[in-house]
Amino acid sequence: MTLFQKKRRNILPGFGLSMGYTVFYLSAIVIVPLSMIFFNTIPMGWEPFIHAVTAPRVLASYRLSFSTALFAALFDAIVGLLTAWVLVRYRFPGKQFLDALVDLPFALPTAVAGICFATLYSPVGWLGETLAKWNIEIINSPTGIVVALIFIGFPFVVRTIQPVLEEVEQEIEEAAQCLGATRWQTFRKILLPHLFPALLTGSTLAFARGIGEYGSVIFIAGNLPMKTEIAPLMIMSKLDQFDYAGASAVALVLLLISFSMLLLLNAVQEWQQKEYR
Amino acid sequence: MSIELQNITKKFTGYTALDNINLNVASGELVALLGPSGCGKTTLLRIIAGLELPDSGKIILENKDTTNLPPRKKNVGFVFQHYALFRRLTVFENVAFGLKVLPMRERPSRSAIQERVEHLLKLVQMDWAIKRYPSQLSGGQRQRVALARALAVNPKVLLLDEPFSALDAKVRQELRRWLRKLHDEIHVTSIFVTHDQEEALELADRIVVINKGRIEQQGTPQEVYDHPVNAFVYNFLGNVNVFHGRIKNGKVSLGTHHVDAPDELKNTEERASQAFVRPHEIGISRIRSAESDLAGTIQEVRIMGGQIGLNLACEGFEHPIDAEIPRELYLNLQLAKGEKVFVSLNRVRVFTGDYEI
Amino acid sequence: MQKPQTPESAPIVKKRISDPLPVQIVLIGVTLLFFTGFIFLPLGLVFAQAFSKGWEYYLESIREPYALEAVKLTLTTVAIVVPLNAFFGVTAAWAITKFNFKGKATLKTLLDLPFAVSPVIAGLIFVLLVGSRTPFGSWLGEQGIKIIFSTPGIVIATLFVTFPFVARELIPLMEAQGRDEEEAALTLGARGWQIFGKITLPNIRWGLLYGMILCSARSIGEFGAVSVVSGHIRGQTNTIPLHVEILYSEYNFAASFAVASILVFLALLTVGVKVTLEKQFQKNSFHHQELP
Repeated sequence: MTLFQKKRRNILPGFGLSMGYTVFYLSAIVIVPLSMIFFNTIPMGWEPFIHAVTAPRVLASYRLSFSTALFAALFDAIVGLLTAWVLVRYRFPGKQFLDALVDLPFALPTAVAGICFATLYSPVGWLGETLAKWNIEIINSPTGIVVALIFIGFPFVVRTIQPVLEEVEQEIEEAAQCLGATRWQTFRKILLPHLFPALLTGSTLAFARGIGEYGSVIFIAGNLPMKTEIAPLMIMSKLDQFDYAGASAVALVLLLISFSMLLLLNAVQEWQQKEYR
Repeated sequence: MSIELQNITKKFTGYTALDNINLNVASGELVALLGPSGCGKTTLLRIIAGLELPDSGKIILENKDTTNLPPRKKNVGFVFQHYALFRRLTVFENVAFGLKVLPMRERPSRSAIQERVEHLLKLVQMDWAIKRYPSQLSGGQRQRVALARALAVNPKVLLLDEPFSALDAKVRQELRRWLRKLHDEIHVTSIFVTHDQEEALELADRIVVINKGRIEQQGTPQEVYDHPVNAFVYNFLGNVNVFHGRIKNGKVSLGTHHVDAPDELKNTEERASQAFVRPHEIGISRIRSAESDLAGTIQEVRIMGGQIGLNLACEGFEHPIDAEIPRELYLNLQLAKGEKVFVSLNRVRVFTGDYEI
Repeated sequence: MQKPQTPESAPIVKKRISDPLPVQIVLIGVTLLFFTGFIFLPLGLVFAQAFSKGWEYYLESIREPYALEAVKLTLTTVAIVVPLNAFFGVTAAWAITKFNFKGKATLKTLLDLPFAVSPVIAGLIFVLLVGSRTPFGSWLGEQGIKIIFSTPGIVIATLFVTFPFVARELIPLMEAQGRDEEEAALTLGARGWQIFGKITLPNIRWGLLYGMILCSARSIGEFGAVSVVSGHIRGQTNTIPLHVEILYSEYNFAASFAVASILVFLALLTVGVKVTLEKQFQKNSFHHQELP
């Protein structure tokens, strides 16, 4: 073959073009802008960086974001599993309607969710009024944040479990029953382990989303320093003071947490797949 | 149109799919590439079509080197294992596709396309389904449409990848005969890939047996079946009894039994050997007719339709021997489980080497 | 004449083992309770609040010039963002699903990156990149180009946030469809654009449409990222969600919920379209009889 004749490596056309554009667009919209976080943090130096991200108010916001997201994800795991079960296994009027509405938190703008929950749980709101009688305060408290995050994360869990539950072979359950297992034993020993990877994936997604969530939370949280200030809000307030380096530093830590969550999830999924293949 | 493959080699990460393949296919021939799955036969077919590129070697179609031509310019028809019909297009549009994508000046007129598509669909007996979508057809029907689509562009070569593997047994039989008839009518040079020896034996003018990226043997079905060159080919082409033994002084040992070694192995030094006997090349009788007959007991009788399968425990043999005899003989001899019989090995093939089954 | 046999089109529906009726009723009840608290009540609240001061006020709130400007800005953003990300999604899906190359898994992960980024950070990075206090941003400022606190900023922040939607819908779809049809078209003599236009595009159209709808929904509703890069200037850089926020923080609840009701309506529409499209998917899905 002559030197000048480039050998075709791909049979279908358009690899160079599509790949080139993909990499270009990805870099322009995602990679380069995201890298600005690093470029704005590096000139700070180590000490100021540590100082910025360990300020008591910042630490409190991390703690709050982390714990509320975790509680919400756990709650979503239970309610999501229940909802998926009910939607897949049972037949009742209005089922399709419920199924469709599971996606509402995806589709509804977060700000709208935010003002809804803030109004619903305000001391004069539909639910807030009743709860106030029992001295339960939702608004301006971490509980309120958890409520908003439950709403935001809910569809992630349902939509990851649903397809897995639908594909569980009926024979597996029948086999378990033939071997004398009760319904509950079948669920706990056969179905739950089978659903666990999806459950884990769904709630991790809900958790990762919860850590970064902003719009639905700020209306209900009250944003009291040290008490109900979430991490994204810290970034926002640093930005308002034109403290770009500080904002980047807080953002960097938040990003690293989210990324390592997702990497961990990927690793767990790979391990799971190997284990059960 | 003739096909000539010269020194085709293709490596994938970790293994060699094709190792220096040389093959000639004469114009109008129907050739089967036969081999176990993963032997490289499909890769070879895709290389001929231009869907894969060889690491080295040449593909010459009618004296023209087409190794680096894109598939579009090769003018080969390819029928995919799972048909790859265009699911959003009707049967008509599927078959017309190859004509409609021709450059303006080469494209036939609308009515010519219509006529050609109708003709082809009639040829494959699918003209009734012209307006249907692929999802509305059964596997065998999709296969026929896929064939018509490949033939629409007047290919010089027709390549079929496991054309019948996704069909159930009866449809497969039927379609196999029909394809042979079709080939006899249109005489387009064709290569098909299969792992089913029966399919290859019944359908092909010539069989190319491939194993682990190499050609083991090629020849007419008769040649390949009757004169397999090695243990692999022999074993791959049908059911066999295998006897591991040794060659010594011109005799081959099968258990405690001995047979004469074939001429070419008469003078070989002592070494391990395998002897093969096909079940239908085993004789069964009630009386000992020759010194070499074995005494055996019927352990199991299998009714296989016209043939009866016998599982025989023979004196001096570790493993039972499988035999197949015609039903008539079985009835005449009044055989049954537990009966004693005499067994003659009518045709023993002996190979040396380290081939393992 | 042969009759078409389509054994694959008649799925066997077996009755599943089910739970005892009381268990079913309890579980459905709990689910309904959750839906009431988290879905139905908020939805009802939006409309109750929106109409709390009557029809007149409702109409006035959404017809008010600032509200209309917000709608206009949001629609402009959607009109730019969705086609750009859809084009990218198709291109990326083609590159990833039709070819083998090293680093494919990494590329796929990178495509999902924006999902893991907090919306506020999505806004922040563009302030850091092209804000007026950065070198690049001030240079742009000298050229008279303003990005942050104006429409272009809102558009690029939205581009980032909705970046993965279309690609994410298409990649699994095209992976499942494989390359067979494209290769078949190739052996029949089709050129690249013919393969794409006649074979690939018709095969992915519903997935593409669905991805674009998700992308639009998110573009309309994005709050955090847009909130960072918008200057919150009424009538100029306010999108619908930002307008809702401003009205809410001014304690003009009825107007705020009136505008929010538009967004709720769009969200319900998205969900409805999704259900419809899923039915289309199922109707048009092509089952191979046997797969290896």
